[in-house]
Amino acid sequence: MTGLAGLLRNRRLRDAVLLPAISLVCGFAVASIAVVLSGANPIDAFGALLQGAFTNRNALEETLIATIPYIFLGLGVAVGFRGGLFNIGAEGQFYLGAVFGVFVGVSLHGLPGILHIPIALLAGMLGGFLWASIAGVLKARFGAHEVITTIMLNYVAFLLTDYLINNKGPLADKHATAPKTPFIDSTAQLPILVPGTRLHMGLILALLAVPLVWFLLSRTTIGFRIRAVGLNATAARAAGISVGWTMVTVMGISGALAGLAGADEVLGVSHFMPPSFSVGYGFDAIAVALLARSNPWAILPSAFLFGAMRSGAGFMQLVTGVSADLISIVQATVIIFVAAPLLVRWIFRLRDVPEAPVHIAEAGGLASAASGAAPAASLEETAT
Amino acid sequence: MSSMLLAVDLHQFFRQIDLMSLATLTIVTATPLTLAALGGVMCERSGVVNIALEGIMLTTAFVGFVAAFVTHNLAIGLLAALVSGMLIAALHAVLSIEFLVDQIVSGTVINILALGITGVFYRTFLQQVNVKGPGTLPVWRIPLLSDIPVAGPILFRNQGVTYAMLVLVVVVHLILFNTVWGLRTRACGEHPLAADTAGINVKLVRYVNVISSGALGGLGGSYFSLQQIGNFLPGITGGRGFIALAAMIFGKWTPIGAFLASLLFAGADTVGVRLQYLGVRIPTQFLSMLPYILTIVVVAGAMGRAIAPAAVGRPYRKN
Amino acid sequence: MHALLGENGAGKSTLMNVVYGLTSPDAGEIVFDGRPVAINRPTDAIRLGIGMVHQHFMLIPPLTVAENVILGHETARSGMLDLAEARVEVSELARRHRLEVDPAARAMDLAVGIQQRVEILKALYRGARLLILDEPTSVLTPPEAARLFDVVRNLTAQGTAVIFITHKLGEVMVIADRITVMRRGQVVADTTPAESGPSELARLMVGRPVLLRVDKKPARPGEALLRVEGLSVDDDRHQPAVQGVDLQVRAGEIVGLAGVEGNGQEELVEAIVGLRSLRAGRVLLGTREVTRLGTKGTLHAGVSFIPADRHRMGAILELPVADNLVLSDYDRPPFARGILRRFQAIWQYALNAIKAFDIRTEGPGQALGSLSGGNQQKVVVARELSTDPRVLIASQPTRGVDVGSIEFIHRQIVARRDKGLAVLLVSSELDEVLSLADRVAVIYGGRIVGVLEGDAVERERIGLMMAGAA
Repeated sequence: MTGLAGLLRNRRLRDAVLLPAISLVCGFAVASIAVVLSGANPIDAFGALLQGAFTNRNALEETLIATIPYIFLGLGVAVGFRGGLFNIGAEGQFYLGAVFGVFVGVSLHGLPGILHIPIALLAGMLGGFLWASIAGVLKARFGAHEVITTIMLNYVAFLLTDYLINNKGPLADKHATAPKTPFIDSTAQLPILVPGTRLHMGLILALLAVPLVWFLLSRTTIGFRIRAVGLNATAARAAGISVGWTMVTVMGISGALAGLAGADEVLGVSHFMPPSFSVGYGFDAIAVALLARSNPWAILPSAFLFGAMRSGAGFMQLVTGVSADLISIVQATVIIFVAAPLLVRWIFRLRDVPEAPVHIAEAGGLASAASGAAPAASLEETAT
Repeated sequence: MSSMLLAVDLHQFFRQIDLMSLATLTIVTATPLTLAALGGVMCERSGVVNIALEGIMLTTAFVGFVAAFVTHNLAIGLLAALVSGMLIAALHAVLSIEFLVDQIVSGTVINILALGITGVFYRTFLQQVNVKGPGTLPVWRIPLLSDIPVAGPILFRNQGVTYAMLVLVVVVHLILFNTVWGLRTRACGEHPLAADTAGINVKLVRYVNVISSGALGGLGGSYFSLQQIGNFLPGITGGRGFIALAAMIFGKWTPIGAFLASLLFAGADTVGVRLQYLGVRIPTQFLSMLPYILTIVVVAGAMGRAIAPAAVGRPYRKN
Repeated sequence: MHALLGENGAGKSTLMNVVYGLTSPDAGEIVFDGRPVAINRPTDAIRLGIGMVHQHFMLIPPLTVAENVILGHETARSGMLDLAEARVEVSELARRHRLEVDPAARAMDLAVGIQQRVEILKALYRGARLLILDEPTSVLTPPEAARLFDVVRNLTAQGTAVIFITHKLGEVMVIADRITVMRRGQVVADTTPAESGPSELARLMVGRPVLLRVDKKPARPGEALLRVEGLSVDDDRHQPAVQGVDLQVRAGEIVGLAGVEGNGQEELVEAIVGLRSLRAGRVLLGTREVTRLGTKGTLHAGVSFIPADRHRMGAILELPVADNLVLSDYDRPPFARGILRRFQAIWQYALNAIKAFDIRTEGPGQALGSLSGGNQQKVVVARELSTDPRVLIASQPTRGVDVGSIEFIHRQIVARRDKGLAVLLVSSELDEVLSLADRVAVIYGGRIVGVLEGDAVERERIGLMMAGAA
């Protein structure tokens, strides 16, 4: 154990790689217990999971498709964390983005794809942006806890969507038997990347979003403001930064990314929107962001991991009978370990693991400092 | 399920009895909300945020049902629900009080864990089961009292968990405002440092309150599987845990307030469904949104900030 | 009635916290009633008969007086509170000690002076034979303070021992039987009002000058650059902290604001910079009124601000040195063009600042938190001076800083002064004020009680004013 303990003392290595890795291992370990208790064999179960994620025919493709929303959502939640805010509302913003996106996809006719798609996607971003901004403004102006407001807004979003799509609501397809929106125009559909698969252009967009968000956070003044407020709102205020506006900005960006995820899903995968649209992508995204420690680049492997788990879980359920919900157990355990350095310290008897950081946003936020790994590595990058 | 009951009512009773059954239904529907909200009140009054109520209710609904199913004994099911609720809450307590995990993260973790665990074990154990379950809790008519006009049928012809809820509203109120324990709890939630200097063990008080909230949540969860439908379905709690939080906030962190708020929210729900059948054109979804929107307003208004226990959400660390 | 006298940081509160069990000592022992005792928790102290009324009240705001008093030692029958009985007991106790309170009133509705009475009642309710009062009059008006003294006299007459922590000489002379003076963590005198007069006590409190003088030429002040007129500011508890302060700082001069912490300096400074709203008064920069400008506006108008608490307010420790150096100007040229940050410019600027201010660091990219305290402060100072301000407000600029860095920072401030900077130096380190300031204003109880310059500036006189006794 000394080798591992020694490695654990190298702080950067530990924070960036080892802790998440250990959390993952522990997550699977705990999940194995559940598998055993439910009468199945963990090796079979996880083997099926891997198979369903990677080796089956179409598996890799499905994994990538599942990864796409996780990238956007993970980025959104991560931006929130960097700004000191806990955006649990990603799920609701996801819905709103899908609604706005599907609306544009269905209602505008005669536009060439090169216009229709961007407009629809932007509409999705707008939807998520607006929804999240409600919470952002309430927080900035009234100090309302964004955790509570975003959870409530989630439910309002679900109900709103339900109203819009179910029972012949305004957005429902009047001719269909099952509740759903009409199909979007073919011009709004995201092009397929690899012919014969379902893998759509959203992947490209997601892969582009990562460096964009990274750029925003580390190279722009907006990003600097966000990080400053997230790290120490009091000092930021004393230096003249407007904390309130920053909070609204953070929630807005976070929501826009979540909304983009929603629009992307509708335009790229299903081409319509059913009323029960998400399997909890928005909540998974919290785990994605925490595992990636809110670092945009790390979101990629983290999102891929959760995408793999999500797409492999179906197969695992089919073959071994173990419910796909197993991956929630993995997620929950991962979050615990990532968010509780003290727990890690206790388990591994370390001495220099940092204490769980508590408040960031001095203005009363309940968000934990589950924020970025290294400080603006950007400065180092430009100089070297 | 409840909509089917209503359809039957509508056809068979006079309008006055409609109102009666509406009232009864509201009290019944408010049962899990109130119980979870009571748990939230105890917990938050001592200074610990508990957004895991949803996860607790889901898990305890499951555990309670399984226990009752296996032993064919509803009482044991109730007990199992209570105990499992306390255990889960203990996890939340340990994570947030000992290991200083952010209380929101800890609560979220438990919600996710609950979904995972109930999902896995439901699938493995329950989904294929065709044997008849243990049924639901019987309706107990309290002699004499249940014959009082109006109040009688509404209050005194209910199932066990609802009675427990009514009693607990009063009990929790008494505990919080009339006992030594309640005083110390409130002190810990408002000003833990001051409580500490007065010689109170803040950690212990918080632990006990969090675990108690688990017990109350457990009772709330048992409503779904042991009282309402006599079965367990994934996601059976449907977000009521969060509405309960809303009820707690709307009720200004008092037991009676939480009860009244729960009635309000449950009422909006039952009235909404009833109105649907009467042909009123407000979509039910908007009525269902009411509790959530109300909560947002409350939290955003000065009310929300001024009346929450002052130290809630922050771990207490001695220097 | 034993007074414990000293400046900030003298160690008075810490010492009493040890006695009350809130802090554990590193060495030494406590002897109570003739026997050595171990006090690890407030409960131990309470059991021995020691009670403490803190400077920051330990009352639970929404609870009533009676509930607050009995908390922890509740009157109850089998777990059920007996509030009626409690109210009767509390009234009894209050009457006996002439501390009128309404037992049913909520703590948060009470005036501060009454809240303090509740605190005293709390201690008495637990049978305190020794009562420690920590700076009790810091929150009281003069009439309330006089009433407090009556209460204390009554208590001592009834046999209770009272330790009275204070920095105010006036009180000590009036009410103390014995006086212990502390300075820098040590007892420097044990005396009585009869033996030591105010001057003697002041001298003991502030001590001999430490040879930390800066070589400076006499000031040549120009026009008034910073003007504060009739400023009144409330503290976080909505009590007046600054009451009608007038102050002027001219170009090319350093005005030192001397005073024991907690007399309104922080609130004054925060109000000037726009971090705190003021109840009345104006702040002018030259001829321009900046009262309502907000922090960013005030900073950009030419005011620089070194906050007292470096870690909380002065800098962001997790960010690199370079980012901290541009914290107030990160979004302006040359550090940014539009929304794009220009890292070459920032880097170069940082390198220059590091050189100019002799900041010991591995480079502009190093996280600020890993620098020593002195170097961290130099970064803050560098940031604030490099914007070429017209006015500098420096609050406790060398707290927690090593001697070498202190000298450096002092020299920088003086050098800028010589180039025309107007400096308002707020410091509870009298040495710092005396060595840097051209004029010294003394703040006490939220008011400026005197402005001295030239030969009038001397240690004992200022010490007396800081203690409210001149």
